Amino acid sequence: MAAGSTYTPLATQTLGSAAASVTFSSISGAYTDLVLVMNSIADSTAFHIYAQYNSDTATNYSQTILYGTGTSAASTRETSQNQARYSYGAAVRTTSPTTTIITIFNYANTTTYKTSIARNNRASDGVDAIVGLWRKTPEAINSIKIYNSAAANFAAGSTFSLYGIQSA
Amino acid sequence: MPVLGIVASQISGHLFAPSGAYDSIATVTASGSSAVLSFSSIPSTYTHLQMRLSGGVTAGLAPAMTFNSDTGANYTYHRLSGTGTAVSAGSSAPRNDISIAPNAGLYAATSGVFSGGIIDILDYTSTIKNKTIRAIAGWDNNGSGYLDFSSGLWFATPVAITSITLTMGANWIAGSTVALYGIKGS
Repeated sequence: MAAGSTYTPLATQTLGSAAASVTFSSISGAYTDLVLVMNSIADSTAFHIYAQYNSDTATNYSQTILYGTGTSAASTRETSQNQARYSYGAAVRTTSPTTTIITIFNYANTTTYKTSIARNNRASDGVDAIVGLWRKTPEAINSIKIYNSAAANFAAGSTFSLYGIQSA
Repeated sequence: MPVLGIVASQISGHLFAPSGAYDSIATVTASGSSAVLSFSSIPSTYTHLQMRLSGGVTAGLAPAMTFNSDTGANYTYHRLSGTGTAVSAGSSAPRNDISIAPNAGLYAATSGVFSGGIIDILDYTSTIKNKTIRAIAGWDNNGSGYLDFSSGLWFATPVAITSITLTMGANWIAGSTVALYGIKGS
């Protein structure tokens, strides 16, 4: 792809009915970074947002987390997890939406592990920043499954958009 | 004369004609033998700039960002940082650069762990406003990691930013990349 205009919309999924997960598959390797934009509501019970890449369910995920609750700030860490985490202090709840924007850097390269930075926000809960690592033997990310900590459903109307950014 | 120049012999880039609201301007890629990654002759066609970083140095140092080759004490920053176990905040007195990821640093290793970072530079062509940036950057290595939010200010006499330099205290690890994008206003 030639340099120039980028930040290309790759796919959007708007839930017409409640669903426990959303998957982007057959992701093109033509870009440099992926940006995932989510505006989600829980259908019946609050939860946090998880993800897996390329159907990898092994303990290849870890993250360092910084979050604020409105009254305090803290940092924590998760190691050798079965999933990436995109929210920590600010949950997805059944009322107002939770907005989450994730960048996955150099997602298509086959020489480095994959680093991501998520920013998650919910005015009634707080704000999160999460830097994540997927350390499976390096391979291009071609699918992302988004699900949640409660095995519950995202509500109808939740949106999930995936963009590709191509560097010169 | 090229519209866009890339400084440093070990990097590559492309010339281009602006075409969209979010354009890729140029990318620099480290060979492993230089502590400096730079962009020069940045076009004034856009409203904002965004830089997206992947990489770092094995020592986990913070790159020093300067504009237009100004190395005077014309910069300051504030930061909010997480270590995985603690939170801290800090700020600088006027200094010679803006430290990106001042607490986290940008760690990278040949094992394949690279830092990530995003820097926004707002109204970079203004000749009446000082230049403000925001950044988020960090890394995780399954048991260690850091994350920084920061804001920075360049308060020299306002001029358009035409060049940006990111200098490490050690050589950027080979394969580190910094991509520069332009964001148009209406």
